[in-house]
Amino acid sequence: MSTTSSSTDPNDWRGFVGDWASDKEAFRSVPWGKAMMWIFLLSDTFIFGSFLTGYMTVRTSTTVAWPNPSEVFALTVGGTSVPLLLIAIMTFVLISSSGTMAMAVNCGYRRDRRNAALLMVVTAACGATFVGMQAFEWSKLIADGVRPWGNPWGAAQFGSAFFMITGFHGLHVSIGVLYLLIVAFKVNRGDYESRGYQIVEITGLYWHFVDLVWVFIFAFFYLW
Amino acid sequence: MSSANAASTGQQHPIGLYLKIWALLFVLSTLSYMVDYFHLQGLLRWGLIIVFMLLKAGLIVAIFMHMAWERMALICAITLPPLALLVLVGLMWAEADHTFLSRLLFFR
Repeated sequence: MSTTSSSTDPNDWRGFVGDWASDKEAFRSVPWGKAMMWIFLLSDTFIFGSFLTGYMTVRTSTTVAWPNPSEVFALTVGGTSVPLLLIAIMTFVLISSSGTMAMAVNCGYRRDRRNAALLMVVTAACGATFVGMQAFEWSKLIADGVRPWGNPWGAAQFGSAFFMITGFHGLHVSIGVLYLLIVAFKVNRGDYESRGYQIVEITGLYWHFVDLVWVFIFAFFYLW
Repeated sequence: MSSANAASTGQQHPIGLYLKIWALLFVLSTLSYMVDYFHLQGLLRWGLIIVFMLLKAGLIVAIFMHMAWERMALICAITLPPLALLVLVGLMWAEADHTFLSRLLFFR
């Protein structure tokens, strides 16, 4: 294993490549796919971190009042206006999907592939419900006159920050739904019987990350 | 449930643990919604929002994403780099404040 690099001249290109590829493991006994998923999620953390920082910057620097999200996202139920109702329901749906995802991982490692696949499909269904409610929210706001360059209530930057941040998050949820369905199909078919069920945990990492990002969006965009 | 065991058999933890964390996340989400519902204002509002947010994020990463049972090498490689974002936040905060004051001076 370690002799491949020493068998060539350390100062030519073959030796250079050999040194960098000499099977050194930083994350011992962590499956390769899992380490790579974590590194991808780390890069995604910087993307969403930069979006939220940009949002902080425009909100802090504007001299016009910021629209009150508590009123903007209120829904009227039975004649009374309930603040942030849809957002609260979306939050609970996404947390529930994280719960079923965690249970799917447990079923996968117990080699109960039918239930693992079923729970992943339930997770995907919750995700699709979330995206559906987000589409409703977007349509409502667009009908109210919110645009990336302005809105009827205050600072023009509200619309651009809203569409950018929730749009990018919704895209992540949509891709996650597809990813979950594909892996659930393969799990159910028995593709992983010989290789083991780390794939369910790796898919779960992506899904929990989507929920994690929503925690920050909910706190900073909707509640702040 | 020891770390050596978790590493060799994959991250297998009892479903009961997941259900408890699920319930806890529900409670924390309800509490953070209550912050808005009861119109808390000022430092109390911001403090509670941040506390509930960090608790929820911590539970998701530690339990649902199994970070609590991973090797320290992986934990540090993934959780430390995002701290660099705090530097960005600090810089942009100062910048935004400056922009705000300039706008007050010249664009009002």
